[in-house]
Amino acid sequence: MTLDIAGDHALTLLRDMIRIRRLEEKSAELYSKQKIRGFLHLYIGEEAVGVGAMHALREDDNVVATYREHGQALLRGIPAGEIMAEMYGKANGCSGGRGGSMHLFSAKRNFYGGHAIVGGGLPIAVGLALADKLRGESRITACFFGDGATDEGEFHESLNLAALWKLPVLFLCENNEYAMGTELSRHVADRNIANNPPAYGVPADSVNGMDVVAVERAVHNEAELVRETSMPRFLELKTYRFRAHSMYDAELYRSKEEVAEHRKDDPIEGFQAKLFDEGLITQADVDAIEADAANEIADAVDFAERGEWEPVEEITRHTYARDLS
Amino acid sequence: MTTYRDAVRTALQTLLREDERVFFMGEDVGRYGGPYAVSKGLLAEFGEERVRDTPLCESTFVGAGIGAALGGMRPIVEVMTVNFSLLALDQVVNNAAAMRHMSGGQFQVPIAVRMATGGGKQIAAQHSHSLENWYAHVPGIKVLAPATVQDAHDMLLAAVEDPDPVFVFEHQMLYGIDGELDTSGTPPSPWKAVVRRAGTDLSIIAYGGSLHKALGAADELDKVGISAEVVDLRSLRPLDRETILDSVRRTHRAVVVDEAWKTGSLASEISAILAEHAFYDLDAPIERVCTLEVPIPYAKHLEEAAIPQVGRIVEAARRSMGDG
Repeated sequence: MTLDIAGDHALTLLRDMIRIRRLEEKSAELYSKQKIRGFLHLYIGEEAVGVGAMHALREDDNVVATYREHGQALLRGIPAGEIMAEMYGKANGCSGGRGGSMHLFSAKRNFYGGHAIVGGGLPIAVGLALADKLRGESRITACFFGDGATDEGEFHESLNLAALWKLPVLFLCENNEYAMGTELSRHVADRNIANNPPAYGVPADSVNGMDVVAVERAVHNEAELVRETSMPRFLELKTYRFRAHSMYDAELYRSKEEVAEHRKDDPIEGFQAKLFDEGLITQADVDAIEADAANEIADAVDFAERGEWEPVEEITRHTYARDLS
Repeated sequence: MTTYRDAVRTALQTLLREDERVFFMGEDVGRYGGPYAVSKGLLAEFGEERVRDTPLCESTFVGAGIGAALGGMRPIVEVMTVNFSLLALDQVVNNAAAMRHMSGGQFQVPIAVRMATGGGKQIAAQHSHSLENWYAHVPGIKVLAPATVQDAHDMLLAAVEDPDPVFVFEHQMLYGIDGELDTSGTPPSPWKAVVRRAGTDLSIIAYGGSLHKALGAADELDKVGISAEVVDLRSLRPLDRETILDSVRRTHRAVVVDEAWKTGSLASEISAILAEHAFYDLDAPIERVCTLEVPIPYAKHLEEAAIPQVGRIVEAARRSMGDG
């Protein structure tokens, strides 16, 4: 099958997937060196979802994401250095070192986090869309969450409320087959997650989340339908996490063989191979992308290393608009 | 004279009329007119976009309020009762309270959430709690407990104006009380406690529904020659330590009244503040008058025995005076 995609755009998609993967690999390395602490959830294996989806959204659309959000944050335009510095806990991080890996934010880019409570971001997305509707804004709100979130009451409540109030929310379910360590068939009665939303009047579809071009196309179509109709829609992105859930995870719940099988479907290697087949890229292109990514990540680490620690005297800052003490 | 219920409605009307960012939502607030008839008539005046009946999904409509506040609106959310609000605690604690801090000050959540609290109507174990202290425990949010008609009005205006999330607890026994409402002047700060009755022998510290029982107890004490000062906390977070300490340093005795269960209550917190900062000013042990450690029973005599009453406050005050 031919790709039906312009060469320079194909290159952009490949570049962005590689940028995310290199950022994540470096993060894992820095975690083992104890530069990054706390929970660290890597996006490796799921890059096509974030890259395809973020390219399909408009710049002023709202984005609400999960604790596995480094990729979305990077593509929203938060500089890699600010992401890295945030993971270091430095004051020059994108959340001032108060959020860490799971709570990346950017007000000027309409990036509303970074949420660690599974399903907790969905009502927030509904509310952002309500604010836009009441003010007559044309933007939509894209809300990322995992398959585990579909178990939560807030998922069902949010679909119902968004449909009832006709709110422009695009629900993007990153189905990586595991709610932390619990496989899909052990946490949902119906493995076909897209069966749920139509019961609430929310149209739903699924797409291969390992295919960046398919993701971009599907998310673009869904996003524009949400915009036109001011009605919520749901898209399941079928993907797979290659690495552990977090750095604490010993992966006792799945076999190495299963992971190896999925790795054959690597979104980056697969896409790169296709682009070579179609003659859309050369080895020199790939080398340049890798070199740029390596530089970007090296600069990011340097930025984080050079960052200052927030003075302890400032600890209560940002608890309230004005200090209450 | 105005009722507490009407004072809240007047504040809602003012806010909806004067600020187009304000909208109001909650269960049965529109067509039904509000479970406590607070919002009667608002749907007709402001329409369905700004007075929104929600489905029964406390977590999601409170979360949607938080999202709308993040998106630049000034939502007022009514949660019918504090017991239902437990379903929304995730959104309150993990989102509303934490958002400003964990985003490094980039985002704020200017939401006002109102709810009914307290017992006294024989609606039993699942509808009679006073859990304000759970909220007051959490940094990042503010908690108000209007006990008077004037405060019911003024505090809602202040809650909506505030850039931080504010939770307003309206004791369900107060909706029908009468009082003066003056909407002409600048209201006093909602974050300061006030002395509702001056006295010299001891300080009774109370808030919300218990304030009126504290005042009743002060009347009783007066008859036996004990002059009780009554302090209305008004704001439960932040707590106005200065007013509390100032009163107790003058009277040297303290009775803290709180309709919550005693264990881990705001009464405990206030007692600790007094022990830390006014220990040498105290002439008697601090007394706490709280709800007995039992789910609130249905039967009238048992409910009355469970929650603080004038008689128990009087007894505590007399013990404090060495007269018990």
